[in-house]
Amino acid sequence: MQTMIEVEGLTKVFTLHNQGGIQLPVFSGIDFRARQRECTVLFGESGSGKSTLLRLLYANYLPTSGSIRVRHRGEMVELTGAPSQTLLDIRRETIGYVSQFLRVIPRVSTLDVVAQPLRERGVDQDRAHQRAGELLERLHIPERLWSLPPGTFSGGEQQRVNIARGFIVDYPILLLDEPTASLDQRNASVVVELIREARQRGSAIVGIFHDADVREAVADHIFEIDPTQKSESRAAS
Amino acid sequence: MSTQPLLQVREITKLYAANKGCADVSFDLYPGEVLGIVGESGSGKSTLLSCLSARLAPDSGSIHYHNRAGESLDLYSLSESRQRQLQRTEWGIVHQHARDGLRMGVSGGANIGERLMATGERHYGNLRGTAEQWMSDVELDIDRIDDKPTTYSGGMQQRLQIARNLVTHPRLVFMDEPTGGLDVSVQARLLDLLRRLVTELNLAVVIVTHDLAVARLLAQRLIVMRRGEVVETGLTDQVLDDPQHAYTQLLVSSVLTP
Repeated sequence: MQTMIEVEGLTKVFTLHNQGGIQLPVFSGIDFRARQRECTVLFGESGSGKSTLLRLLYANYLPTSGSIRVRHRGEMVELTGAPSQTLLDIRRETIGYVSQFLRVIPRVSTLDVVAQPLRERGVDQDRAHQRAGELLERLHIPERLWSLPPGTFSGGEQQRVNIARGFIVDYPILLLDEPTASLDQRNASVVVELIREARQRGSAIVGIFHDADVREAVADHIFEIDPTQKSESRAAS
Repeated sequence: MSTQPLLQVREITKLYAANKGCADVSFDLYPGEVLGIVGESGSGKSTLLSCLSARLAPDSGSIHYHNRAGESLDLYSLSESRQRQLQRTEWGIVHQHARDGLRMGVSGGANIGERLMATGERHYGNLRGTAEQWMSDVELDIDRIDDKPTTYSGGMQQRLQIARNLVTHPRLVFMDEPTGGLDVSVQARLLDLLRRLVTELNLAVVIVTHDLAVARLLAQRLIVMRRGEVVETGLTDQVLDDPQHAYTQLLVSSVLTP
């Protein structure tokens, strides 16, 4: 399988300049690889830096040192130091990211929130809305809510809107930060299906799943982050 | 991806005194890109914006604009009339105080029509029709078309200013605190409007704001300024979620979240 993400010697330290320059090391010297058609689950204690690693892969955080390369339009591209235009293009075309929380924009309807990544790729509104509707339906968001902004929705509903938005584009790389955290069984199993379908299409998936059942259902590899020792990758049992 | 930058800014410096103004600013802006300039009052944001929009000659540095005809223009070697022509046709400038960007003595409709007339449109019916269309696009009541902006509320004036700027289909819009001084509810509506227009019209925008929430909502990229200098640049979410410079960390950590 083709390598989609290649991380070498990745170190992240937060420096808080306004608290006397205190340094908060998260992890150091991580080597990590994610391949096409595989789902890698990040594993480790709370605070071990799983979300930090995902955010680094999305260029939402900057590495302190080390290299992150992703396959973008057929070539491995280094994220660190890449121009903003390249990073934005990578996010539009290559990497999707489902965070734990939906960032709500006032006055924008649920259907538009979900359709937006497709619209940014130039898909016309009707087709984007149709695809958004299909995903919302699968995730059991009733149609009467689609025209409303998701700001007033429950936590679980907002998360499902967020998931629909993340899965609407067939990204070659998909990063998932606890997508099932506040979902009931029925919706969690829809997410498992969506993950399997994305993998089937060839996506490389990297995710954090606290729910052991979901983890077992989707993981091909487990990558254990141990901040004190060397992190390692092993096949899922 | 567009390969040709719309604006190429190189080492722009305009200092009124030490640390007063802007120093050594460089960046490229591409079509369809929204660049936010953030920083506290007096950090040089507005000075920089004035330099970028050909309203204030810098002490040194260069700005090249790639126009519709495909020429690369050195802004400050253009005659003043060419500069004004650019401002009226290819650019828009949205001022913080709508009064600075509107003609308060003529009707709302005339404010929109005037920019069109500057580009050669003379037919009264077309002017009025376009003005009506733009009033409804910025969610202004068409019945108010013949009223003067003095009778409009602050939020309405700001929307009228935006319509006046966008009617000539500019490629590049400069905005100075466009939501400053408006009620929060009016702000949200204006932000949504701006976001929609920017996407639909594929506008490139340079927006100065001290409001990080506004920056996050509208800008893909940020420049953080302090005392006239750029202290940090990057993708908006990266700068706000993982700020590297002490000043940016202070800015981000000082925001109240309700």
